[in-house]
Amino acid sequence: MIQMLQKLGRNTISTFSAVGAASIMLFGAIFAAPRLKNIGLTVHQMYVVGVQSLLIIMVSGLFIGMVMALQGYTILVNYGAEGSLGPMVALSILRELGPVVTALLFAGRAGSALTAEIGLMKATEQLSSLEMMAVDPLRRVISPRFWAGVISMPMLAIIFSAVGILGGHLVGVDWLGVDAGSYWSIMQATVDWNEDVINGIIKAIVFALVVVWIALYKGYSCIPTSEGISKATTETVVFSSLAILGLDFILTAVMFGIN
Amino acid sequence: MTDKLNTTISIDAMKFTRGDRTIYESISLDVKKGNITAIMGPSGIGKTTLLKLIGGQLYPDNGTVEFLGENIHQVSRHRLYELRRKMSMLFQSGALFTNISVFDNVAFPLREHTKLDEDIIRTIVMLKLEAVGLRGAHDLMPSELSGGMARRAALARAIALDPELIMYDEPFAGQDPISMGVLVKLIKSLNKALDLTSIVVTHDVTEVLSIADYVYILANKRIIGEGTPQQIQNSDSALVKQFLQGKADGPVPFHFPATGLEESLMGAK
Repeated sequence: MIQMLQKLGRNTISTFSAVGAASIMLFGAIFAAPRLKNIGLTVHQMYVVGVQSLLIIMVSGLFIGMVMALQGYTILVNYGAEGSLGPMVALSILRELGPVVTALLFAGRAGSALTAEIGLMKATEQLSSLEMMAVDPLRRVISPRFWAGVISMPMLAIIFSAVGILGGHLVGVDWLGVDAGSYWSIMQATVDWNEDVINGIIKAIVFALVVVWIALYKGYSCIPTSEGISKATTETVVFSSLAILGLDFILTAVMFGIN
Repeated sequence: MTDKLNTTISIDAMKFTRGDRTIYESISLDVKKGNITAIMGPSGIGKTTLLKLIGGQLYPDNGTVEFLGENIHQVSRHRLYELRRKMSMLFQSGALFTNISVFDNVAFPLREHTKLDEDIIRTIVMLKLEAVGLRGAHDLMPSELSGGMARRAALARAIALDPELIMYDEPFAGQDPISMGVLVKLIKSLNKALDLTSIVVTHDVTEVLSIADYVYILANKRIIGEGTPQQIQNSDSALVKQFLQGKADGPVPFHFPATGLEESLMGAK
């Protein structure tokens, strides 16, 4: 009994101290504002985490748009409502699938890579040697990656949504014969800029913050051994995914739930 | 009493524990300015830890570490970073940045901390690389270097900013006899030419005794012997003798603390 209590206490303390340490790191990363000469580093990281994730994001967006159109068409056509295919595809992608799927893919593609990279830098004493060279690793390593992730992921989500809507067009209009005019015009009439587009982008920004934060903290605090790094990488993907789905529910409830 | 002006590092009654393990009971040592001070001891004794304590990356439980008269663990973070510009450390693995070339690695501290022109940086980097015999390897990536070469490249980076103190963590481990000889000479000549203070952490007895001005031997969580190389070699202490002659039996245990062999082989718990 006492042992269980001790364990509970120990776990609670270590959880809180981890959250504290992660917050300190986040604070350091945000306010170690990228200095002028570090902007190049941030841009380079945007290339690594953003541009190099483009292919997987675009292919996924295309297929998800195509599947949405196919599924939507088979249901809507029963009611003669296939003209509403455009808004159906656009709304589901803009509001939900765009930010959520992009964030999940981003966690798997870029988040895991960030954790592994920083973990290995720690294991090979590169972070230590930066400190000894009087260069703050938070400023030099963490901050550029943080900002690069937070800037790139919403852009990837926007690209995902755009490609998804085109994929819907490909299947719905070009293949299944929905009228192109109604696909676009009803979409334009239904999709609201603030309600749908901006809310989707806000979601993407929140997910980006969380994924990058988890990925960087897991790498920075990992045990610098091969098992430690592999565990940290797995945890990055698992924790990020759960956080994305949980936050998505909360954000959806706040944005669309109560009218 | 120690002369403050001529002391670069002064450690006083420092205690350090990691988890439940006590690494140092109470250590006091001084590193004189301009000297090469060797810190020797069996592996696993926490020699690297000592360097990290001096660099302010770890905090002692008790006692003080002073660098140029300032308590390294009590200065502000800003001041700590200023002080670190005057010290430099050669990591055992080299710890080169794997994503940039050898040239950029050596240029890194110069680009971070100075506003020199690229031309001047190029000259400095080439001179530093020449000193460690790797000028021809300047455009290689760290992954293309052998372990020994990586350490020499890291040495070039460590001296790029002409620090006042340089700490070598096992500089001789894994070096072939030729580069070992070169490194030994290099440490000696750099120390003289750049007016450095050097701390060499190692267990290569013969190499380090040939260049050190003063030697500390660490074992059993404390300093078991100190003195000039001559004093150390003539020491009567059984501990020091055991270490210098490399005997497994003696006051310094070769075995990690454990239960009796018989007991563990018979499966007793």
